[in-house]
Amino acid sequence: MLDHPEDFSFATVSGNRGLDQEEPPIFEIGRPETTGVDMEEPAPFASRLGDLERKRPIGLPGLSEPEAMRHYVRLSRMNYSIDAGLYPLGSCTMKHNPRLDEKMARLEGFADIHPLQPQSTAPGALALMEELSRWLLALTGMSAIALSPKAGAHGELCGLMAIKAALEARGEADARKTILIPQSAHGTNPASAALLGFRPRAIEAGADGVVSEEAVAAALGPDVAAIMLTNPNTCGLFERNVVAIARRVREAGGYFYCDGANFNAIAGVARPGDMGVDAMHLNLHKTFSTPHGGGGPGSGPVVLSQRLAPFAPVPFLLRDGETIRLVEDARGTQSLGRLTAFHGQFGTFVRALAYILSHGSDGLAQASRDAVLSANYLRAALRDVMTQPYGDRACMHEVLFDDAFLEGTGVTTLDFAKAMIDEGFHPMTIYFPLVVHGAMLIEPTESESKRSLDLFVTTLRALVASAKRGETGRFTRAPRYAPRRRLDETAAARKPVLRWSAG
Amino acid sequence: MRYLPLTQEDRAQMRAAIGVADVAALYADVPEALRLDAPLDLPRGKSEMLVERLLGAMAKRNLSAARAPFFIGAGAYRHHIPASVDHLVQRSEFLTSYTPYQPEISQGTLQYLFEFQTQVAMLTGMEIANASMYDGSTACAEAALMAHRITKRPKAVLSGGLHPHYAQVLRTISHFAGDAIVSLAPDVRAREDIASAIDESVSCVIVQTPDVFGNLRDLTPIAEACHRHGALLIAVFTEVVSLGLLTPPGEMGADIVVGEGQSLGNPLSFGGPYLGLLATRQLYLRQTPGRLVGETVDADGRRGYVATLSAREQHIRRDKATSNICTNSNLCALAFSIHLSLLGEAGLRRLARVNHASAVDLAERLAAVPGVETLNERFFNEFTLRVPRDAVQLVEHMAEQGVLAGVPVSRLLPGAGLDDLLIVACTEVDTVEDREAFVAALKGAL
Repeated sequence: MLDHPEDFSFATVSGNRGLDQEEPPIFEIGRPETTGVDMEEPAPFASRLGDLERKRPIGLPGLSEPEAMRHYVRLSRMNYSIDAGLYPLGSCTMKHNPRLDEKMARLEGFADIHPLQPQSTAPGALALMEELSRWLLALTGMSAIALSPKAGAHGELCGLMAIKAALEARGEADARKTILIPQSAHGTNPASAALLGFRPRAIEAGADGVVSEEAVAAALGPDVAAIMLTNPNTCGLFERNVVAIARRVREAGGYFYCDGANFNAIAGVARPGDMGVDAMHLNLHKTFSTPHGGGGPGSGPVVLSQRLAPFAPVPFLLRDGETIRLVEDARGTQSLGRLTAFHGQFGTFVRALAYILSHGSDGLAQASRDAVLSANYLRAALRDVMTQPYGDRACMHEVLFDDAFLEGTGVTTLDFAKAMIDEGFHPMTIYFPLVVHGAMLIEPTESESKRSLDLFVTTLRALVASAKRGETGRFTRAPRYAPRRRLDETAAARKPVLRWSAG
Repeated sequence: MRYLPLTQEDRAQMRAAIGVADVAALYADVPEALRLDAPLDLPRGKSEMLVERLLGAMAKRNLSAARAPFFIGAGAYRHHIPASVDHLVQRSEFLTSYTPYQPEISQGTLQYLFEFQTQVAMLTGMEIANASMYDGSTACAEAALMAHRITKRPKAVLSGGLHPHYAQVLRTISHFAGDAIVSLAPDVRAREDIASAIDESVSCVIVQTPDVFGNLRDLTPIAEACHRHGALLIAVFTEVVSLGLLTPPGEMGADIVVGEGQSLGNPLSFGGPYLGLLATRQLYLRQTPGRLVGETVDADGRRGYVATLSAREQHIRRDKATSNICTNSNLCALAFSIHLSLLGEAGLRRLARVNHASAVDLAERLAAVPGVETLNERFFNEFTLRVPRDAVQLVEHMAEQGVLAGVPVSRLLPGAGLDDLLIVACTEVDTVEDREAFVAALKGAL
C-alpha cells in the first residue's frame, strides 16, 4: 500500500507544485496606488460632502488586471466543483448548471434593469416572474407563491410568518407556539422557528426512518401551530404517512410547513399540494439548478395553500387583464409584510426559468426519475459493503449510510470522507442527519453518467476494503493530494483570525 | 434531454442492478393517489435555441439602463463592472462549487472570503466582518436581532432616513419575533432629533448615511447618545462606493455596520441577487450572524482557511443559533471582492470622486430649473428633488421621453404625503449628455 512516500512531500523553492500554484492574499501582492480600473479624474468641482470627507487612508490594496486575473484563477484552482467532478453532497442537489441559464441572466434586458424603474418599463421582467410562478405552482399543485425569499432559510421564515399571520387572524397566535420538527430536519428549521418566537418540539421518527401518523397525533394539541416536515426527508426516504399526518395536523388546527430542499426527487412525479402542504419553499439553487456559487446566492420562493395565500408577503404579482402589476404596498391587504428590499432574486428567476423551459414537464419528471434511479443504483452497488440505518429499502434521490461498516477499523466517517478527496471525489454530506451515527448522505443527482457512477462505486468499494484491511493511514492522514492537508479547525476557533493584518 | 447523460440502455442496466422492473417501484413509498400518472399539462422541453428566443423576447420588452439616460438609485446602483469580474465569477470552480464544507478542496472560496471580510472591515472602519448576508435589508434586520441579543433589550429605533424597504423588513421581522420598533417620521432633510428617542429600553438605533434621500449624516453625536444609554448604533449604507470618500461609520462610533454591496461587481438585475455586508466590533464576535472564515494552518504547517466559530450557526446550534441563515451571497461577495481588488484604494477613491462630481454637476444644472428644488445640504451621489407635480406621473412622463429619471418617494412611502419628491442618483456611468437630457426632459415634463 502507498503510504506517503518520502520523496512526494519534498519542498519546492517556490512552494508551488507544478500546476498547483500557491497564491498569497491580495494584501501581500497589491499596493494602494495600483489600480486595474482606468478612469479620468473629474474636473475640479465644489464638494458637497461638508466635513464628512474621509480623512484617513483605507488600506485597500489594488491589483492591475493581469495580477487580478492570476490571483483569482489560481484561487479557483484550489476549489472542487460540479463541473470538474461528482459532487454527491446529500440534501444539496449539486446538479449540472447549464451555461444557457447564465447567458440568459446576462441579457441586457434582464441584468441591466432597476427594481424601481417604472413597472411600465419592465413588462418583460414581470412576465418572466409570472411565467416562473405558473410553472412552480403547477409543479407543486399549490395556490399562491411568494417569489421574494432569498434562500431556503429565508423561505422558511416566510412560510412560518404566513402561518403566524393566519393564527393571528384566528386569534390563536398566543396559544399556538409549538412547532413539531423531526430530529432529522435541517438545522435551519428549528432556527427559523425559534427566531419567530416559536418553540420547536422534536418528534421521533420510527425504526423505519419516517414519521408515523401516531407519533404526530400524540404530539398534537391546542398549543401546536404547525409541523415542519422535510419530504422526502433527510434520510432519503419519502414520508409515506404524509397525507394522514397533514390531515391530523389540519384537524388539530395546525398548519403543515414542508421543507422543499429535496423536491428534486419528486418534481413532476408528485405534488406537495396533493399531500396537504400549506407552505413549502423551493430551493431554486438546488432543484432548479441555479449555481450554488460556493455558498450562494440562493433563492427560496414559497408556495402557499389557499388558506395561507392571503398572507403572502409583498411584493406579489397581480394580473389585471393584459397587464401584470407588482403590488408593493401591503396596506389594505392581509399580507404579512415585506421580507426583503425589492422583489427577490430576479437573476436566479431567469436561470431557473431557462432550466425549466429547457426540460419541460417531461424533462423535469425524467430528471427526478433519473436522480432517484441513480441514488438507488449506488445503494444497490454499495449495500453489501456499507451499512444502511433503516435497512435495505428503496430510497429517493439520496441514499443514507451509517458508519457501522467502519466499526473496529479505526477509520471514522470524517477520515473516510477525506480519503475520497484523494480519490478525486467531493465527499458526501457527513454527520447529517444527526439521528444517524456517522451519517454519510449521498446524492448523485441526475447529472451523472453511468460511467461516472461506476467509478464512484468502484472507488468506494475499494476504500471500504482498504479500511477493513487495516490500512488506516490512507484515511487518517488523508487528504494528501489536495491543495491543503487537514486544517487545524480547533486553533482557528480558539484564536480567531478573521482578517488579514500586516506581520 | 441534453442535460441527462443516462441512456435508455444505462437505465435498463441500472434497474436490473437494483432489481426493479420499473422506476415506479422505487417510488413505492409515494402513495399511489399522490403519483401523477402523466406529465403535467405544461409545455414539453425545448432546445437551447428556442429557450433563447423565448427569453430573449421577454428581455427585449424591458427598457434597460443601457438604452436610456439613467438616474435611478434608492438602494441599487448602476456602475460599470470590469469585464474581468464577470469572467472570473464564471470560472467553474467558483460558480459550481458548494458551501466550503470540505476546506481542503475549498481553499479558493475560503481565501477570497477571508480577503472579502478584510476588505469590508477596512472600508467600514470596523474590526471584523462576516462572509455576507442576503442583501442590505436583511443584513439590517439581522443587525437589529443581534443588538437585541447583546443588550437584552426589546426596542429598536429607526431613523426617518432609513430606506423604507429596510424599515419594512425590520417591522415584519420584529412583529413576528415579538420585538418592538419605533419608526421616526420620514426625515427628508436630515433634521430629526434621534437622541431624544433613546432611553434605557432601546437596544439599538438604526441610521442610514448617505440616507435614502441622499443626505450625509454625522453619526458621531448619535453614537454618543446611544452609548450614554447603553444602546448600540447600527449604521446602514446602500451605496458602498460612498465609503471611498466618506468618513467610515466605524470612525464615527458605530457598533454594527450593515449595507448593500451590490454597487461593486454586481449588476442591477431587477433587484437581486445582491450582497449584504455586516461588520462589527471584535467584542460582538460570538453574537454575529452568518458564516465567518478564519486563518489557520494545515497538517504540514501551511497557511490555510476554514469556516470557523460555527457553534453560532444553525447547522450546529439549531434553535439556539444566532441566525437561521445558511446559503448567503457568496458569489456576489466574490464579484465585490474582485472589483474592489481591481479598483484598489486609489481606484475606489477616484470612482467615488467621479460619482460625487457627477451628482454635483446635475444638482447645479437643476438649480437653474424654475420650480425644482434640491433639498439636500450634503450629499454623495444621490439627492432628493422637490418637483412641482406628482413625481410618479413625472417619472412616467420622462420614461416616455426615454429618460429613467429616478425614484418617486411615494413609491417607497405610499400615503406619506410626499408625492412631490423624487430621488435622483448619478454614477460614473452617466455622461454630460445624459445629464443634459435629464434636465431637458424634466423641463419638458413640468
